[in-house]
Amino acid sequence: MITFTEVSSLAVAVQLIVTIFKLRAPGMSLNRLPVFAWSQLVTSFMVVFAMPGVMIVSSALISDRLVTTHFFDTNAGGDALLFQHLFWFFGHPEVYIIFLPATGMVSMIVATFARRPIFGYPAVVTSLVATAFLAFGLWVHHMFVTGIAQLGASFFTAASMMVAIPSGVQIFCWIATLWEGRIVYRTPLLFCLGFIVVFVIGGLSGVMVASVPIDTQVHDTYFVVAHFHYVLIGGAVFPLFGGLYYWFPKITGRMLSERAGRWNFWLLFVGFNLTFFPMHWLGLAGMPRRVYTYPAGLGWGDANLLATIGAFLIGVSVLLFLVNVLMSLRQGETAPDNPWHAGTLEWATSSPPFVCNFPEIPIVPGPEPLWEERGERKLAYGLRGDVREVLVTHLVDATPDHRYTFPDPSIWPLLAALATTALFIGSIFTPWAIPIGAVPVAVTLIGWFWPKTPADEPEA
Amino acid sequence: MLALAGCGGIQSATNPGGRGADAIYGLWSVFLVVCAVVWLLVMAALVWAMLRRRARHPMALAPELDSDPNTKRRLRRTVELATVATLVILLGLTGATYGVVSKIFPVHPRTDLTIELTGHRWWWEARYELPGTSASVVTANEIHLPVGADVTFVLRSDDVIHSLWVPNLDGKTDLIPGQTNTLTVRADRPATYRGQCAEFCGLQHAYMGLFVVAESPPKFDQWLETQRRPAPPPDNPDVRHGLDVFMANCASCHRVRGTGATATVGPDLTHVASRATIAAGRLPNTPGNLGGWVADAQQQKPGVLMPPMRLPPADLQSVLHYLGTLR
Repeated sequence: MITFTEVSSLAVAVQLIVTIFKLRAPGMSLNRLPVFAWSQLVTSFMVVFAMPGVMIVSSALISDRLVTTHFFDTNAGGDALLFQHLFWFFGHPEVYIIFLPATGMVSMIVATFARRPIFGYPAVVTSLVATAFLAFGLWVHHMFVTGIAQLGASFFTAASMMVAIPSGVQIFCWIATLWEGRIVYRTPLLFCLGFIVVFVIGGLSGVMVASVPIDTQVHDTYFVVAHFHYVLIGGAVFPLFGGLYYWFPKITGRMLSERAGRWNFWLLFVGFNLTFFPMHWLGLAGMPRRVYTYPAGLGWGDANLLATIGAFLIGVSVLLFLVNVLMSLRQGETAPDNPWHAGTLEWATSSPPFVCNFPEIPIVPGPEPLWEERGERKLAYGLRGDVREVLVTHLVDATPDHRYTFPDPSIWPLLAALATTALFIGSIFTPWAIPIGAVPVAVTLIGWFWPKTPADEPEA
Repeated sequence: MLALAGCGGIQSATNPGGRGADAIYGLWSVFLVVCAVVWLLVMAALVWAMLRRRARHPMALAPELDSDPNTKRRLRRTVELATVATLVILLGLTGATYGVVSKIFPVHPRTDLTIELTGHRWWWEARYELPGTSASVVTANEIHLPVGADVTFVLRSDDVIHSLWVPNLDGKTDLIPGQTNTLTVRADRPATYRGQCAEFCGLQHAYMGLFVVAESPPKFDQWLETQRRPAPPPDNPDVRHGLDVFMANCASCHRVRGTGATATVGPDLTHVASRATIAAGRLPNTPGNLGGWVADAQQQKPGVLMPPMRLPPADLQSVLHYLGTLR
């Protein structure tokens, strides 16, 4: 099942990389690419390099179970730690795969609500790329207590410390943007401000766990539970809520309620900190992770009670969000094309967008095209309307390269996906699902890629 | 030791009683102060940024695309300075880390006493190697150490990955099947510390506890001397009957040195009555608890690998009397 989902995420990653590299609007050179698109690009490359690790490990595990291989069976010469190495070679980049798109959202939202372009665009983009590279050199910090050699551990301590720098640079740039700007407080920005408050705590506790001696105490305790919730709920869920409030009008054509949004934010902010802050202390006070109970009298009761109360507040907050979404979908205020008077291109099209996104392809004059265009919007002409033709642009400067005709709608990709699904789900139960299931996969792929002679090629 | 209540800090990294825990607590305190200051500075910068041009701006406020070059330069200088400061702080913390690492993980640790500790689902088997003899002392879930001695744990697992963690003494180290790890600790303060498994190992991971009794060397030597002795022979008919019941029902898993019971599936019970708790720290070692445990261990530790023993009440009483003699 894990291999299945990773195959699908690899497919998405490749699709995103190609789209971002080759299908940009003319004029959107790489130095005008919105930071969110940059973050998706970097994340997609990370997916391409990280996912094979977990695909290998889950395949090895299932073959240990189904066809009696011995990758991890120590009685037969296998190695239990091999699992951890392969898993964390994926698992650590994975947390940045979760986190980087969220930082991209923060960069977009902060710029819009500070009413000015992001400060230090090159530094922010460089930080994204640097984080991606460093992310692949950190995995052993999840294994500091497995008895690995201290020399190796020291290297991973240093690398884990250094990954704080690009994250720090991004935070400094956001604060600088706010400092220079004139801030308009709306729900999306509240979530980004909450993100900065919370995520900095998570980053700093990350510096603590990067240190081998400290990690030997707090590893697999509630301290680590607190740490990764501060970086993942703080670092990804807060921005994600901000992003939902920000782009909901674009996606649905309706505004979310601002009033409910503020309640949503404050309940989440208070509930989150009430839940997870005491866990730092719990871990130091000796409470390990993954226990269903603990003896009375070790003094952990009060902090756990606080955490439970906080968890209920988080629950109320998320329920409120769901109610807000449902109510707004039915009777929310109608969203204009650009409700936030933002500068990036998605706000140029209608809310919700057309199926083709843009009926006419705009020409991009700068990093914040809607803020920078003077007079009438310049458009690109010359694509055919009767077939699905798109404009392919050059990778770096996004000058027009050639026209490309997308294939017509086809049933084969769906059939190929269903066949692949059947293969992977079957492989949970029997190894025979692989050879037998490969036949329909092959048939559907052949059908999909069968050479087609274009019937009406305009100029051969 | 039985009454956990009132023993706050017997399983806590913030109440160090050994060399490793002490050094780590010192390092942790440095990190805590540095990180708290950094967080406060970042928050101050954020609040300043929010207050600087405060007003109720409308959403339609025209964006500013350019800024004053002087302001821009100052801001850029500040961000660069903050980045360099981050680097310097991180280098400092890394250096402090390496200092403590070389102190608590020496390349060739000194060893006064070696204890082989094997992780089982869900209990700890401790085997003391006795210098100059081939004999060894085997006990479970309660480890005694002499204060001031370098004690090396040789860590192995019998099934899945476990992790030894006695936070008052030192950081944790995993017990991994197919691999041998070592951890050298030194207790500096005599006390009883609690530890528990820190790597999820199945149903009863939560109740895989252990106690470490750090005591003065003479007291430790006395304890070790007692533990070396085989079990005393029964001295009355009731206890003798208890031994018979034990041999018929318990000996397929447990060992009692000095009897024919030699199995090593479950904990060695040669001196079970000397231990303060049973079931890996789950229950105080009272006759009532022991009786309930023998009759149906699942009630106290669901999923535990010890099966229920449906003994007639008289047999149960006799076997409890026998176990009570194993001091």
